[in-house]
Amino acid sequence: MGKVIVVTSGKGGVGKTTSTAALGAALARMGHNVVVVDFDVGLRNLDLVMGAERRVVFDLINVVQGVAKLTQALIRDKRLETLYLLPASQTRDKDALTEEGIARVIYDLRSRFDWVICDSPAGIERGATLAMRYADEAVIVTNPEVSSVRDSDRIIGLLDSKTEKAERGDRMAKHLLIARFDPGRAARGEMLNIQDVLEILSIPLLGVIPESEEVLRASNLGAPITICGQQSAPAHAYMDAARRLAGEEIEMLIPTEKQGLFAKIFGRRAA
Amino acid sequence: MRLFRFLRPISSAPVARERLQILLEYERRMVSQTSLITTLKDEILAVVSRHVSIDPEKIHVSVDRGEGFSTLAVGVQIPNKLATEGGVLQTGVAGQSPAT
Repeated sequence: MGKVIVVTSGKGGVGKTTSTAALGAALARMGHNVVVVDFDVGLRNLDLVMGAERRVVFDLINVVQGVAKLTQALIRDKRLETLYLLPASQTRDKDALTEEGIARVIYDLRSRFDWVICDSPAGIERGATLAMRYADEAVIVTNPEVSSVRDSDRIIGLLDSKTEKAERGDRMAKHLLIARFDPGRAARGEMLNIQDVLEILSIPLLGVIPESEEVLRASNLGAPITICGQQSAPAHAYMDAARRLAGEEIEMLIPTEKQGLFAKIFGRRAA
Repeated sequence: MRLFRFLRPISSAPVARERLQILLEYERRMVSQTSLITTLKDEILAVVSRHVSIDPEKIHVSVDRGEGFSTLAVGVQIPNKLATEGGVLQTGVAGQSPAT
């Protein structure tokens, strides 16, 4: 049976969808069978980031309601043959998702794949609680910024109370993924540093993704960054994070600033 | 090359860190207290309903946080069948528990 991971954050725009795609593709590149599931009903975007927006026929709600079979709704990635996408519905309302229906679909996916990675919608409403409901482990995406850290703390509280695992009395494993980290600003005390965020949230660190233009480039092209920008710093960080998720021991490299002469002299961002 | 340091504004990250620490300590306490109240309310409702039929909306549970101890106040409204004009009897229970 595969492992179900929820990628969540509370706050929107911190990089949940980017991280879901990047981690999914990274695990697939390692040879695992992976499905990434979009839970953001009404505002789906994982299809776009994965470059599969024109191949969506059926979606999660169709499968939950029995309109389509799971195999009809799954979209196989064109670049990695062990990577699949289960898209969210764009039109119907989110009340169409029931707990029992989701439980059934997750069970099916778990028996077919090594990894089921659920991209949670933002917020703490039904969509977000459903996405985390049947997870084995959680990846909490946080930006080193006050509102994101606060919302992550709320989400950690929900993971410990509203999930099936928590209700059984088990402990949900949680991993912190710090995204959009700017080493220069952190070094200058303009941004919370990794240690600050770790101390405040007190969950283990899965990885630190540096802020990079490559991330936007990848989503423009419709490819996970771990496929199209493999040599970039964020892709390396995501690959390492995926390996840690799979249980490998990898040294944690905190991104450091590449300083130009101007920045060295004035200690400011030159760009 | 830190000669120009005085030109820069004082770093803001420590302020962010301190504000978050204070806020989250408070919010975590509030959330755990809210879930305690919900649990108590549900269980009290279940127990009382076994003996008298009551409106789930007519149960009030609150915790007053004090210095040395907290006070738990439970108010259950039970319909008074003896009253001619549908009046209600207020049953109040108040207990004290050490502050957590």
